[in-house]
Amino acid sequence: MEIMDKPLTKNIRPDRVFATLADYESTGGYQGLRKAITELQPKDVQQWVKDAGLRGRGGAGFGTGLKWSLVPVDDLSQTRYLVANADEMEPGTFKDRMLLEQDPHQLIEGMIIAAYAIQAQRAYIFLRGEYHLAKQRLEQALLEARSKGYLGEHILNSAFSLEIVLHTSAGRYICGEETALLNALEGKRATPRAKPPFPLVSGLWGKPTVVNNVETLCNVPHILHYGIEWYQGLARGVDKGTKLFGASGRVKHPGLWELPMGTPIREIIEQHAGGMRDGYKLRGFLPGGASTDFLLPEHLDTLMDYEAVAKAGSRMGTGVIIVLDDKTCPVKMVLNLEQFFAQESCGWCTPCRDGLPWTVSLLKDIIAGKGRIEDLDTLAGLTRMLGPGNTFCALAPGAMEPLQSALKYFREDFERYIAMEQVQ
Amino acid sequence: MIRIEIDGQLYDVQDGNNLLSACLSLGLDLPYFCWYPALGSAGACRQCAVIQYKDAEDQRGRLVMACMTPVADNMRISIAAEQARQFRSDNIELLMTNHPHDCPVCEEGGECHLQDMTVMTGHTFRRYRGLKRTHNNQNLGPFINHEMNRCIACYRCVRFYDDYAGGHDLQVFGMHNNVYFGRFEDGALESEFSGNLVEVCPTGVFTDKTFSAHYARKWDLQTAPSICAHCGLGCNTAPGERYGELRRVINRYHGEVNGYFLCDRGRFGYGFVNSPKRINKLRLNGQDITADAAESHFRQLLKAGKPAIGIGSPRASLEANFALRTLVGEENFFLGLDDTEHTLLNAIIELMRNGGIHSPSLREVEQADAVLILGEDVTHSAPRLALSLRQAARNASFEMAYTLHISPWQDAAVRNLESQAQSPVFIAGICATRLDDVAASTYRGSPEDIARLGFAIAHCLDESAPAPAALGDAEQSLASTIADSLKQAKRPLIVSGTSCASLDVIQAAYNVVKALPSTDKQLTFTVPECNSLGLAIMGGTGLQQAFERIGSGLSDSVIILENDLYRRVPGQEVDMFLEIVRHVVVIDSLENKTTEQADLLLPAATFAESEGTWVNNEGRAQRYFPVYPATEPVRGSWQWLASVMDDARWRHHDDLTAACASAFPDLAAIIQAAPGADYTVKGSKIPRQPHRYSGRTAMHADIKVSEPGQPHDLETPFAFSMEGDTVQVPPAVLPVIWAPGWNSNQAINKFQQQTGGQLRGGDAGVRLIEASGTLPWFGDIPPSFKPEQGRWRIMPLPHIFGSEELSLQSPALAERLPAFCVLLNPLDAEILGAETGDQVEISSLLGISILKIPVQIELTLPRGLLGITAGLPAFQSMKTWSQVTLKKLNQEDRL
Amino acid sequence: MNGQIFEGLSLTEIREINAEMSHYEDKTAVSIEALRIVQKHRRWVSDQCLVAVAELLEMSPAQLEAVATFYNLIYRQPVGKTVIHYCNSVSCWMLGSDQVRERLCRHLNVELGEMSADGEYTILPIVCLGACDHAPVAMVGDELRLDITEDAVNEILGR
Ligand SMILES: Cc1cc2nc3c(=O)[nH]c(=O)nc-3n(C[C@H](O)[C@H](O)[C@H](O)COP(=O)(O)O)c2cc1C
Ligand code: SF4
Ligand code: FES
Repeated sequence: MEIMDKPLTKNIRPDRVFATLADYESTGGYQGLRKAITELQPKDVQQWVKDAGLRGRGGAGFGTGLKWSLVPVDDLSQTRYLVANADEMEPGTFKDRMLLEQDPHQLIEGMIIAAYAIQAQRAYIFLRGEYHLAKQRLEQALLEARSKGYLGEHILNSAFSLEIVLHTSAGRYICGEETALLNALEGKRATPRAKPPFPLVSGLWGKPTVVNNVETLCNVPHILHYGIEWYQGLARGVDKGTKLFGASGRVKHPGLWELPMGTPIREIIEQHAGGMRDGYKLRGFLPGGASTDFLLPEHLDTLMDYEAVAKAGSRMGTGVIIVLDDKTCPVKMVLNLEQFFAQESCGWCTPCRDGLPWTVSLLKDIIAGKGRIEDLDTLAGLTRMLGPGNTFCALAPGAMEPLQSALKYFREDFERYIAMEQVQ
Repeated sequence: MIRIEIDGQLYDVQDGNNLLSACLSLGLDLPYFCWYPALGSAGACRQCAVIQYKDAEDQRGRLVMACMTPVADNMRISIAAEQARQFRSDNIELLMTNHPHDCPVCEEGGECHLQDMTVMTGHTFRRYRGLKRTHNNQNLGPFINHEMNRCIACYRCVRFYDDYAGGHDLQVFGMHNNVYFGRFEDGALESEFSGNLVEVCPTGVFTDKTFSAHYARKWDLQTAPSICAHCGLGCNTAPGERYGELRRVINRYHGEVNGYFLCDRGRFGYGFVNSPKRINKLRLNGQDITADAAESHFRQLLKAGKPAIGIGSPRASLEANFALRTLVGEENFFLGLDDTEHTLLNAIIELMRNGGIHSPSLREVEQADAVLILGEDVTHSAPRLALSLRQAARNASFEMAYTLHISPWQDAAVRNLESQAQSPVFIAGICATRLDDVAASTYRGSPEDIARLGFAIAHCLDESAPAPAALGDAEQSLASTIADSLKQAKRPLIVSGTSCASLDVIQAAYNVVKALPSTDKQLTFTVPECNSLGLAIMGGTGLQQAFERIGSGLSDSVIILENDLYRRVPGQEVDMFLEIVRHVVVIDSLENKTTEQADLLLPAATFAESEGTWVNNEGRAQRYFPVYPATEPVRGSWQWLASVMDDARWRHHDDLTAACASAFPDLAAIIQAAPGADYTVKGSKIPRQPHRYSGRTAMHADIKVSEPGQPHDLETPFAFSMEGDTVQVPPAVLPVIWAPGWNSNQAINKFQQQTGGQLRGGDAGVRLIEASGTLPWFGDIPPSFKPEQGRWRIMPLPHIFGSEELSLQSPALAERLPAFCVLLNPLDAEILGAETGDQVEISSLLGISILKIPVQIELTLPRGLLGITAGLPAFQSMKTWSQVTLKKLNQEDRL
Repeated sequence: MNGQIFEGLSLTEIREINAEMSHYEDKTAVSIEALRIVQKHRRWVSDQCLVAVAELLEMSPAQLEAVATFYNLIYRQPVGKTVIHYCNSVSCWMLGSDQVRERLCRHLNVELGEMSADGEYTILPIVCLGACDHAPVAMVGDELRLDITEDAVNEILGR
């Protein structure tokens, strides 16, 4: 049954603009919430999600149930917050927008259940400022949910109450980083915060806070409604559930598809995206957004699973693939990416703030024929310098992933530019 | 204590700290920028990278930021590991991509933390070929220069200015590598602590404008330990001289008093030393005379006829006051204080001696977990104290952090708890204060009403404490709220002082603290001048009695020591007094109304050119030393006085200090405030000039080609020279903070037992009074203040830049003077039909016009009071508590 | 504009900003929403408005400016009636965002960030708009435009 193997997108149909509350309810919407609130204790909900094996879809893949269970709930009078991270701004990633625009209730239901599981009294949707359509639809859906008693005081006549506030961001990629996001919500500059303390202990206004990605939260109602076993059965690989996978670049049919976790990359690119456009060959791809390492055609049979992609030398990231064709210059592509990261660096820590602009300036020099062979060592040095753990947050290490793999796989392209200068 | 291994060596370090702080405390060299001891860790600069190993087997380890890593027992780390060393060098390379490398023309050069760290990491070669980003600079007012291109974005400035000091107008703008630290628009920095940016900034973005105007290198400055002359807190300073001019004042770390920070009055108030108003000639009846002639005239005057009287001064040293007292005899010595101030200071000393309550240092103030301020706007009356109270307000968030396992040095994380947990600070003042933003609640009233609130709080805490009669409901309920809150505190602190000129307020403060259940409670008072407390400890009578003595005809000559009497009592009284006196000898350093009337005027050295001991409000005696020799014929006041003593009892300053110590039991310990002149290091005196001091041989070549001999200093352990050693001298005589590889003031790490802790060898100075005994309740509770129609009571309000006599003569401060106006409650102004900016005429009750001046409406000033800036010369004829009438002036009246 | 209080804000703006306050723990948290509200009404945030918002939120102008200059969707300079954000991130770049930019700029005879002479348009780059499967894309005012071709540019500009 279609509904059962595409839970996230089952309401997204070409024949309608978006799923209204009635549409949503007609396919089992808000049943998961009903079950959670009327039949389960918060701890049970956490356990269900943990047992289902849901891992965060925001990029890092942290176990969602485990995350929830780390929120201190001993003092029930204490305020706790849930935040839905709808800041999607990673270049090449276009999955959350569809969920927000096409089926807003799914997110709202997921949020209410998640909030119940951690006993949060207020939840925020941190929405990317450019997502105007999503904003309208979410606003409407929130009103509907409130009027139906899914949201607000005494949800479904239980003791649980929740308010959801829609916050639209004013831009900046770094706002997607969960601690920077908290600063943005507090009306401050969105520089990340040091961890520890983790937001789970001291987050928004110093209170325990869970931040989850939109897609992560959208999984939750279905786990509650259809059960753990069903959820686990959806996947083809080690990781559980389905995932939104997509592809952009010079493929025949760029797009987004809900597929089982563990779907081979080849299947995504060759079947769902229809393979390369005529006259283009596959040169490589970024498997999960701008901050993942390049993989090559030889990696096409890798499964889209966290560990499998990691083993191939990259990360699943957001699961939306950017395809590099043979007529696009990988050096210029990396320059485009690094310009993005340099521009979006928050300016807090040295390696990122000053290292990314230098990276950009070296790449520009190389492309302009002013490069020197030792620049490649400098670039390689920067990829180490800005590596994981060395910077304050994960932005800069993410920025280094495409560069380090490009230096590995496309070195001759770099060298060709540099040689060009020698000839002149 | 726990044990950690660094590069194969075992060390015992304090638990709870971060690794960077621990390494620096051990004296190890580990570069850093964004961390600052008073500000905690930020993790932004990534400079303090070290390798941390999992266990004894781990060979690779992983790179961590030392400042963000808590120390743990058996931890194994390496500073020297190649990977860490390389990272630190690469990190500096990145920091320097945009730096202009303008060290030769940068005021910071030679004492620049960025220079030090760059050299320390070994980064020497520039690979970056791109353009550097450039910024526009701002005019930040008379104190601070702005050169944003030098910025390395360590965020220390805003973390100090906003987070630590509570400022609002300095921020970081923009993002990525285009972050800009500045103001919304050009204009003077508003914080009273802006000067600390000069030292907090690790490079030359924020520099001292007064110094920059004519800067010298640190190694070319002659320096001696000094004490700030501009309020009663006694912050430790390090003034620097070049070419016979005082060039700047910087902070001198003191673990108990000022820590790392000064206020802007203390830092920029030094300009008076170089002022054209300096008295640098001897004058007898208006004629210049020689020192010999002056001395012999002085001697004759002392011998002839009736005994001379001496008037001392709260801004002169203990020694100078004591010398005068000895010269004229105890019975002829008068404290240069008016009766009110004298009464207040006496009361404070009595409470400190016999009240049984500990008088805290500023560090102890910072530990308080609840504060009540009675009658003080501390930012203006004792500025550095305000900075400490601001930190006290944070203690609740530190406690909360503790329960959440957040380390106290995790700065942003702890600050994020502030909205949930603040230690209560209650402020009862005349009107709004600069600390109100951290206050749990505020109360505004007349001094009587402030005192009544205090008495009521005491009564709420302890029923046996007398209660004020007919207290309003609002006051009663506020009193009980405050009492409840103070009662719960473990380390409550009561702050009061002399600003209200009210004994009631001081007594109320004592009743409150006496009534508190805590055993760890503290009481501190602000006092107006650098040696107010010291002078009052000596004891004696005040100015009125001096006037009476002269009036009685028993004496007819007076020696006035460093005291402008016109600042103390109404002008007519001084005029009359000076009229009757036959011989007026004045010893002072700056021209003022009193020196104008001197028959014999003797030029006195300032704090920068002489030595002495002052006692601060805590009761701590501290010694200051001449930074450079006074230019003939200027001498230290005590030297003038000693030179006319017949039996030449005090050949040297140490003799005088010793004599003073033995004359007053409370002052017995002052000889321990600092080592005497016989102190040497390996047989040599302590050099005031750094080893690299340059140009000495040619400095005076425009006058004389051969190098003049260095002047000898017989009075202190210092030499006006670069020969000698400063290694391991005790903090009281440490002229300059310098360590190998550490040219900036951050070399202080090498002199502390722990970063941010006590100096090795003990913090300087000696506490004279320890609490003992107890005093009965004060029960003399004043009635509430009732404004009388058509009459206003003069209420002098201290101002950081307007109220202190000497700093007022400093050009930089002059630009920051408060508006010249009087403050009035809006309802009072309405009665007069006056609005802000309108002129009013202030007249005495007899109808004599005193002053025409604009009014400014102040919402928070109680009715019936007329707020004036304490200490401004224009207001000197107005006495606290006296009543005046007001009239709004029309256009035609103004002309 | 409605009655001006807080020297520079309209009553509507103040009402909208005040309405946001109940959603957050303190006034500072409203700063970004407040700037966006002002911008909704005036297209950009002038110094005067910034100072007024700061006063309303009990912040210093510098504190608010620190926030305003961090986020790229807050305009501190005048912009045209319609702001065209063309995506210059990786997928759109691959599929011709440089040409889109060139065409837009050429048609309007402006540089990036400038206002067109008639005050109608400002062109700004933006990071990935989350529609990479329809690259190149742009946001014209609030509306997302997909698969932008040469003709689309003409159509967008109404020519
Ligand atoms: C620079 C940066 C940008 C990020 N942007 C996003 C984002 O736009 N959306 C998102 O859900 N997570 C983003 N993340 C990941 C979040 O920090 C966080 O891990 C995630 O929201 C957690 O949700 P999950 O556990 O449901 O995956 C970003 C992380 C970094 C370092
Ligand atoms: S890596 Fe550093 S500068 Fe870059 S975004 Fe993160 S904290 Fe900001
Ligand atoms: S001092 Fe450790 S990161 Fe700056």
